[in-house]
Parts: sequence; C-alpha cells; structure tokens
Amino acid sequence: MTGWLQHLAILPIALPLIAGAVMVALDESRSRLKAAMGIGSILVMLAAAVALAVQAHAGGAAAVQVYRLGNWPASFGIVLMVDRLSALLLLVTALLGFAALLYALAHWQRMGAHFHALLQFQLMGLNGAFLTGDLFNLFVFFEVLLAASYGLALHGSGVARVKAGLHYISMNLAASLLFLIGVSMIYGVAGTLNMADLAARIPRMPAADRPLLEAGAAILGVAFLVKAAMWPLGFWLMPTYAAASPPAAAIFSMMSKVGVYAVLRLVLLLFGPETGVSAGFGSTWLMAGGVLTVIFGAISVLGTQDLPRLAGGCVIISSGTLLAAVGAGQTAVTGGALFYLVSSALAIGALFLLIELLDRGRDLGADVLAVTAEAFGEGDDEEEQQGDDGIGVPIPMTMATLATCFLCCALVLAGLPPLSGFIAKFAMLDGILNPRGLGQGPVLVSPGSWSLLIVLVLSGFATLLAMTRAGIRNLWADADRAVPRIGAVEIAPVLLLIFVCIGMTVAAGPVMRYMQATAAALHAPDHPRQPGRGAR
Amino acid sequence: MELILALAIGILGGSGVWLLMRPRTFQLIIGLSLLSYAVNLFIFSMGRFPVGAAPILEAGGKGDPAHFADPLPQSLVLTAIVIGFATTALFLVVMLAARGLTGGDHVDGRPPR
Repeated sequence: MTGWLQHLAILPIALPLIAGAVMVALDESRSRLKAAMGIGSILVMLAAAVALAVQAHAGGAAAVQVYRLGNWPASFGIVLMVDRLSALLLLVTALLGFAALLYALAHWQRMGAHFHALLQFQLMGLNGAFLTGDLFNLFVFFEVLLAASYGLALHGSGVARVKAGLHYISMNLAASLLFLIGVSMIYGVAGTLNMADLAARIPRMPAADRPLLEAGAAILGVAFLVKAAMWPLGFWLMPTYAAASPPAAAIFSMMSKVGVYAVLRLVLLLFGPETGVSAGFGSTWLMAGGVLTVIFGAISVLGTQDLPRLAGGCVIISSGTLLAAVGAGQTAVTGGALFYLVSSALAIGALFLLIELLDRGRDLGADVLAVTAEAFGEGDDEEEQQGDDGIGVPIPMTMATLATCFLCCALVLAGLPPLSGFIAKFAMLDGILNPRGLGQGPVLVSPGSWSLLIVLVLSGFATLLAMTRAGIRNLWADADRAVPRIGAVEIAPVLLLIFVCIGMTVAAGPVMRYMQATAAALHAPDHPRQPGRGAR
Repeated sequence: MELILALAIGILGGSGVWLLMRPRTFQLIIGLSLLSYAVNLFIFSMGRFPVGAAPILEAGGKGDPAHFADPLPQSLVLTAIVIGFATTALFLVVMLAARGLTGGDHVDGRPPR
C-alpha cells in the first residue's frame, strides 16, 4: 500500500466531519448547495467503503489494516482498524445514509434546521464507531453519533417527537455514563484501552484481576445493550423510532446495529476461546437476552396497530436475533448473522421510508379505527356493497409500486424465500444445526441454540402475520382511498435499498463467502490484532 | 483518602440515581449531572492515586515516571467532562422545548391522573 490509498481509512470520518462543519456555516436558504455537498460526500464515502472492503477481502485470511492517527507509535497514539467487518458496515451505513438523504430532499430537509449537517455528523459517528480500534475512542464516536441522533430524532419538532426525544436522550445519557464506568474499570485493570493490546493482555491476566475486568466488561456491555435495545433495556426504542421523521428513522436502523457491532467485537476480542478462564464470558446472558428480546419484539409487532411502531418492532426483533446469534458463539452462525444484519438493516430502512408514503393521504387514526371496527365485527357490510362493480378497480401504478416494495420488505424481514432474509436465516439455522458442515456426524445442539432456532422461526411467522395484516389494511382494504402523490426522489431510495437486498439474494454466494470469511477472521483463535503494536 | 473518595462517589452516584427516577425534568437533569460527577471521580480513581508521591520533577533530576499518577485517566476525565457538558446543554434545550410544547415539566408531558 502506497500513496494516498493508505490514508483511505480516515476518509469516512474526516469527510463527513468537514462537510458537516461547512454545512453548519452555510445559510439555511442554500439547501440546494448543501444537498449537493451531502450527496457528494456520501457517494465518496460509499466508494471508500467499497475500496476498503475490497482491500480487506483481498488481504488474506485475517487482514487487519491499521491506521495510526498522526503516526504516533501505537502505545501512545490512537489507531483505526479496518477489517472486513468494519468495511462491510461502512458500506451499509453509506447506503442507508444515501437513501435517507435522497428521501429527505423531497421535503423533510425543509422541516427543521440543519438536517444535512446533522446527517453528516451522524454518519461520521457511525463510521468512526465502526473503524476505531480503541475503547475510549469508541466512546467519543458513540457520543458523536448520539448527539447527532438527538438532533435528528427531534427533526421536524412536534409534541410527540419532543416527548419521545426526552426519554431517548435521558436513557442514552445514563447509558453513556455506564459506558464510562465500564471503560475506566477495564483501564484500571488492564492498563490499556487499545483493543489489540487488550486482547493480547487478557490471557495473561492474573486471576485476582479477573473479577474487576469482567465487571467492567459487563457494565460496558450494558451500555451497548441499551443501544442495541435488548429487553428489558429497549423500551425507549419504539416510541422514539416511531416518532422520528422517516429519513432519521431509516438511518437509526443502522444505529441500533452499532450496539450489536460493539458487543460482537468486544465479546470475540476480549472473551474469545483463547482468553483462558474468561472465555465465553457473558455469552449465556447474550443468548438469553437475545431470545427474550426477539419474543418481546414479536409480541410488540403483533400487538401494534400503526406502521411506524411495527417497523420499530422489527428493529427489536432484528437486534434480538443478532444478539442471540453472537451469544451462540459459533463461526457459521456469526456468518449468517452478519448477512442478516445487512439485509435487515437495509429492509428496515426501506420500510421506515415506505411507511410515510403509505400513510400519506390517509386520515390520522384510521388504523386504530379499522382495528376497532374489525374487533367489534363492524364495517363488513359496507365492503360487501362495494363488490358489485364488476371486475374491480384498476390499481394505480403508484399503489402497485408501493405494494411491491412493501411485499419485498415483508419477505426480507419475515425471512421468507426468495429474498435475502431467507438466506440469512437459513444460514443461521444451518450454522446452529451443522456447525461443522453437512455429514460430519451427529451434533449436540445446546438448549440455548434450540431456543434460538425456535424463536427465529416463530419471530419470522409473527413478522409475516403482522406485515400481512398491515399490508391488507393499508393497500387493499379501502378501495376508494386517495392515491398518494409521490415524487420519484421519494420512491427511488426505497427501490435502491430493496434492489440491494435483491442483489444480495442474486449474488448470495460471493456475499456469503465474504460474511463467512469475516466471521472466521473474528473467531480465529490467533487473531492477528497485534499490529496495533505497529508492524506496518 | 480512599474512604473519602469512595464515599463521595457513592453519595453523588446514589443521589444521582435517586433523582433520575423522579418525575420532573429538572430533577432528571440534576440527577444526570450528579451521576456524571460521580463517574468522573470514578474514572479518576481508576488511575490509582498515589498519596504523598513526588511531583514529576524531583530536585536536581528528572524524576521517575513510576512515581507520579497515570495521566491517561485524567485526559479521559477531561474528555468526559467536555462531552458531558455538551450533552447536558443539549438536553436542557430539549427540556425547554418540551416545557414549551406540553406546558409542564413532567417527563411524560403531563402527570398521570
């Protein structure tokens, strides 16, 4: 690696920082310029993420590219680390950011101040959290992305947003304090916060220090789990995501994945199989918590009556599935889980954007009324009378497009064939049942894995049920609903995200190989994360 | 010294948690501030404070780095203070917005009847 390419790792952080800072200074009336800057910056990020992913994937079995900020020796300076996982998540973040920005161009960018700048800072925080190789820097980037997300959650203002935002902010401020306690405890025991150094030091740690280390890691984990909305730490999620403006909610679907990412990284790095006594610390809790989260998500998906909350429930199911999969601690399951992470993040993002389009032109509270009417057996007579005008009404093009998009989201989220959600779930189930590949003799599946398996299937069923019900009510039930007026720039991002999901299905082989290589590198017993010591 | 610090952290943290559970936004923000003080002191204490140790420079020499406190927790505290200050200010703005929109200072908008 020579020349400017070696500085590629800093680009996804520096670029949105500069773009956002310039945008803050620009006047609100120059929204066209801001939008152009935003699109340019995200497209460059996208290209950088692709380049980093290609580099990481080409780099061999367990390639980790270390970027030392300011070129300080690793024991003094701060490092960024790019491996397959970070590059992959950078890519997904940029995609979702692009979709959110495109969608916001229609009218959301004018609904409040500094949308474009906040989005850039949000992306900067997300990218930074995925790239950093240092626990304290992870805290800093968490704060950056949270601060931006507070602004985005409140974008558009209104009583519901401010009320949900108040809970969201206080919850996350408290979680940040837990984060600090955890980080400082780990520092107090291990004497370093560099992830590579930590991984190297933990196996040699004396038994007397272990309780403090494990307590620190557990407190740190709680902070991440609040972000990932594990039950019972995730009650803030549904109101906040449902109240947030659609582009903000779309990017938030990535934000809850940051918590999962941090847990995954921490568990595998600090408590991997080679760390001696502490190996596997917390994985039982993750598994149990994940399974409970999925159950909670499934119940809330079934119980909810409006679409934004339904999408929020899907976020919770997705988080729970991922956490339980991390808790399972098997390479093949992790590979499937990564595939699931990408496809569910994209589909949920698309769903959040789609919901507003579906809701447009409908009366407020129509869903609640419809459900109530259904429950009391009213409203059926009307529909029968409508049925006598022959073959039926032609479906307008707009509605057909919306319905197809909704169907695709439902298929991905419920994990039905033929879309990517099915492949992801299949990979996870396969990983649980055949951790060593087919035909390798009988495998003992642990009770935890059985519960994960059952919950995976049942949550898919619950999602399918809820999505079908919502789809019927929104797209079929009232024949004389007004066709929403939708701009091309609004439907384009939804289509983009769904096409990426379809692309992941078509190219499932190479994508899955990438995911499995990522998982194998993460689980590798001799994970070469020592380059923090500065070989490069 | 250790006892005093531990008591201070405990009392600040306990009061903070108590206030966090209260229904008024003002109590909430004071609670968060107290908690962040407790956490800052905690981070500080994780650097192991040597009592009565020599300063960095000794008379007539450079001094031994092993004798003075670890500077990293101090810089962590500094960062944490700055970030905590900024987020508290931001939270204050949201609180004021909530006050303006709902007309009350209850965390749920209005007290339960």
